[in-house]
Parts: sequence; structure tokens; C-alpha cells
Amino acid sequence: MLDATSFNALPNKPGVGHKPQHYKDILGNPGPLGWLEIHAENYMGDGGRPIAQLRHLSEQFPISVHGVGLSIGGEGDLDKDHLARLKHLIGWLNPASFSEHLAWSTHDSHFLNDLLPLPYNMKTVKRVADHIDEVQEVVGRKMLLENPSSYLAFAESTMSETDFLKEIVSRTGCGLLLDVNNVFVSATNLNTSPQAYIDDFALDAVGEIHLGGHDEDEDETGAPLLIDSHGKAVVDPVWALLDYTLERSGRKPLLIEWDTDVPEWPVLAAEVARAHAALELVAA
Amino acid sequence: MSTVSKTLIVASAVATAVAGAAGSAAAQENEKCYGVSLAGANDCAAGPGTTCAGSSTVDYQGNAWTLVPAGTCADIELPAMADGTARVGSLEALERDLPA
Amino acid sequence: MIVTQTAFRKGLLDPALPAPEGLQNPDGAQATKRFDVYRNNVAVSLSDALESAFPVVRKLVGDEFFRAMAGVYLRKFPPSSPLMMHYGEHLPQFLTRFEPTKNHRYLPDIARVELAIRKSYHAADAEPIDGQALAAVAPEDLMALQMTIAPAVQVVSSKDYPIHAIYMANTREDAPKPEPGAESVLIARPHFDPTIHKISTADASCIKALQEGKSLGLALAEAGDDLDLGATLGLLLSQRAIIELN
Repeated sequence: MLDATSFNALPNKPGVGHKPQHYKDILGNPGPLGWLEIHAENYMGDGGRPIAQLRHLSEQFPISVHGVGLSIGGEGDLDKDHLARLKHLIGWLNPASFSEHLAWSTHDSHFLNDLLPLPYNMKTVKRVADHIDEVQEVVGRKMLLENPSSYLAFAESTMSETDFLKEIVSRTGCGLLLDVNNVFVSATNLNTSPQAYIDDFALDAVGEIHLGGHDEDEDETGAPLLIDSHGKAVVDPVWALLDYTLERSGRKPLLIEWDTDVPEWPVLAAEVARAHAALELVAA
Repeated sequence: MSTVSKTLIVASAVATAVAGAAGSAAAQENEKCYGVSLAGANDCAAGPGTTCAGSSTVDYQGNAWTLVPAGTCADIELPAMADGTARVGSLEALERDLPA
Repeated sequence: MIVTQTAFRKGLLDPALPAPEGLQNPDGAQATKRFDVYRNNVAVSLSDALESAFPVVRKLVGDEFFRAMAGVYLRKFPPSSPLMMHYGEHLPQFLTRFEPTKNHRYLPDIARVELAIRKSYHAADAEPIDGQALAAVAPEDLMALQMTIAPAVQVVSSKDYPIHAIYMANTREDAPKPEPGAESVLIARPHFDPTIHKISTADASCIKALQEGKSLGLALAEAGDDLDLGATLGLLLSQRAIIELN
């Protein structure tokens, strides 16, 4: 079994996705906040305030670098320039953790700014594993791979997402970032059991857990269609699924993500406090 | 103008500039540019819970356009040239055609 | 049925196309609205990025127009880099050619100002020289002096329009209504926030020449007789825009 701590030095505490507008609040009133996550691409400029703030924050908190633009599931080669930027950021920042998504976002040099889905079969296992090998080689450390939110299924898929991720972990030695909200969103959208997904997930490989809010819609047949908008508080059924997960995984670094309609810090701090309480319920 | 007198004029301008700028360096400022700091940020969220915005065909078809600019540009009356004639664009041509 | 990423991408950007075959609802039926989720994500996220990046252009044309125009722009010019901080670099050219904005010919220049502000914000840090270092240069060495200008410094010139006045009128409460006339602006970053200053055509020529590594003598020649060198250098020093003397 993989030892998750070998590629992840984040504390088993609540963290939050950092937004520049919360900079002073976080430094002044962190509460139980144990670490911060940043989106890698927002700190790939040459200098200025974003880099200066990140440097200062990294002296106060462990930092998780979460990439959103590498397109690990892309059919084409990884963007070498982008890999070099990632290597540079991770080089100077020396973050506690680095993670990316099981998704694609760039094709034929066009970046689509969304996490797009891929089918699960042995062909895509090989593509994703090769790309993760390349990332880990260039960046010089192990990474975590995050399960996506799914809105539809591929006819060409031959394996479950959990089996796909297990195969990736076994081939590359990478860890996993388990987004519990994504599990809930995908299970609702694809009419499967979120608990069964957790039961089948390689929890030993999990180096971090994500939580976020989603929007509710429905498809053309009236079936529920949840959207991973990160623009609301985490809903109770997702907190319950988190408890179910933590009972099986033990304490993990636990992140609150809020990316759209970002609220004032106290609203986010309340979510962090709830995450803290959920972790405290679990045996250390 | 002789080289010597030009040099003197430049030297005097430098002296003026240095004297004027002395002590003007601002103390550590408060952030004024949240707008810029948030401009074009990457994140991993999906759009809000509506599937309309990207799936409407009228929002991008040139021949369906009925909108005209209707912001503060209505307050600005600027002839393109001093004589009021429109100016021909000097920027390089686009590689791809745009809907007209 | 294999869904290629080429087909997926085409469908994302062209809502007139059906969703690619091989994408399914949970009951196995061909996905339709579920594919629209991704279409929506792409269009909304890129439109939001443009809105946040061009607040003055948006104010000039109005929210509704800008949002609709963003829908056209993002399909013509999807990002070529994953760094959204650079997205929108083709907007000036787009505004020049886009039929509904063709008669507002200052819009491309305003878009260039907004792009320059963003570039300045993310430019590399650099320690400015002390003014005394400039004062210490021997008068006979001044004409051959080269000054390295900070990476955050940007000069934007309009051939025809009062870009500083238009920018100010749309960002400051008490700014006067723009009057006709060509203007240039200097964008600098003394600390972390870009600042914007109206400069003369002669200033713009001088600063651009210095940015290109030309000597002060050459920069003066390019600027012509209208240049008030003391004021120009004073502005550069006060904005911490000179980082090296050679």
C-alpha cells in the first residue's frame, strides 16, 4: 500500500481555497485554518502582488498547489511550456502538496477553461498514466489526481472511475485527491450510489479531500442534474458523505472550495469551522 | 545648438527631475486594484446552474445581431479625425474572418 | 462509438451542432442538455474572464452588449494559453473589425490600455534606482547614458483619441467629459498597483526609445523639441520606473 504521507505534507486540518480578497482576513483571523490551496495558474505571472502575497502566505501556512490547466487527460502531448511554468512555481514555493485533475482542457493549442471529461478504458489509462509519469518526472515529486464531477457518461467506457483511478495509482505511484462533492454530484447525475463509490475508492492513496457547493438543475427528462459551481455552501448530504468517508479513511487534509460568488471571509470561515468539527469527530 | 549647451540643458533637466522626485516614493500602499487582481483568474468551478449561456445559437451568430453599444460611449462624441472623417484601421488584418 | 476531443471541442464552441454521438444520459440515451453543461461552462467562464479584464470597454458599450460580444469573441479567439491572466489579447483587433463596434473607433485603443494595465500588474518586480545615482552621472556622460526601464512600464499611444480622458471618465467619479484629441498614457507600477498618467507624444517617443535600450541622446532626438525632459525623468523617477543606469 502507498503511504500517502510520502507525497503530501499537508496537515490533517481544514484548509481553504485562497482568494486574494481574503488575504488580510486570513492573516488576521485564521481560526482553525491549517493550510491554504492556490490555483497554480494564477501565480504564473512574472511578479507583482500575486507572487508577493503568495510568498508571504507561504511563510504562515502550508500551501497546496492545485493546477487547473495542465490537461492531463488530453489526447495530445502535455504543454511543455506549461509544465516548465509548473516546475518553476513548485521549485521556488516548495509547497506541501501538488495536485491536478482527471480531465482535459486543451486540444490543438486551444485552452477551453473547463475540466472536460474522458472515457474510462485501458487506452485512456495509458494516456493519463504516461502524462502523470511525465509530470512527476519534470516537477520532481509525486502528485495527487482529483476525481472529476461528471454530467454524462461515455459509451466507450469499459471500467468504473474508481477502478480507473486505482489503475493510475498502481502505474504511476501518484496519490489521489478525493473531492466528496464531486462524488455526490457525479453519483446523482449518473444515478449511482455515492457510498458505493467511497467504498470502492482507493482511500489509502488519498492525500487530500475537497468539499464545495453545487447548483441544482435537471436534464431534458426531468432527472436531477447537479452542477459543480463552487458558488454556495456545502449541502448537508455532502457533509454526511464526508462523515461516511472520514470514518473509513481517518483524518485527512480537508479543503473548502468557493470559487464563484465568493462571499466575505466570515461565511467561508463558518464552512472551515464545520470542516474542523467534522475532522474532530474522527479518531486521530 | 552646440553639443556643450545641449549637454548643459540635459544636465539641468536631470537635476530638476531628481530634486522633484526626491521623497515622493509612496509608503507601502493599500491595495487599490482588486479589479486587476481578479481579472482573468483561473479556477476549477463550473458555470452557474444554467445550461443556457453556451447553448444558445443566437448569442454569437453575426447575422442575428441586433445590439448596439449602449454604455457610457453614448456620452462621448469624438470625431475620428480633426475633420470628422472616419479613420481607416491601421492594425494588421485578422487571420480569421469575423462575422459582419 | 468513440468521441474524439476534436469533436468534443467543436461541439462546445458551436451550439448549432448536436452533442457528439457516444455521450450518454444515465439511461443510455444520447446526451443533449448534459453536453450543454460543458458548453455553458466554457462560454460563461471565458465571458466572465473578459468582463473582469476589460471593465472600461464594458462600461463604454454596456453590460448587455459586452456579454453578447464576448460570446462572439470567445468563439473566434479561444485562449491559446492556460493562463487566463493573459486572455483577451486579440480584443483590440477584434473591436476594430467587429461590425457593431466599428463606429466606436476609440474602443480598440481603450482595450490596449486595459491590456497594458494587466501586463503591468503581473510584470516582474524590479528595484528602482535612487535619483541620486542619476544626479551623480557626469554631464558629459549623459547623452550616452542608457536607462533600463522597469518591466511593469507600458506606454500606450492613440493616433486619434483622448484615451487618458476616456479611461478616467469611466473610472473616476469626478473626471471631466473627454474632449477630442490624441493622447498617450504611461502605465507604471511604483509598488504593486499600476498607475496611469497622461503623457505627451514627445514623452511617449522618449520613453519607448529608452525601453528599447537607446541612449538618452538618441531618445531625445526621437522625442523632438517638444520634450520637457525634466518633467519626463521626474515622472519616471517618481514612478520607480528606472531600474538601471548603464
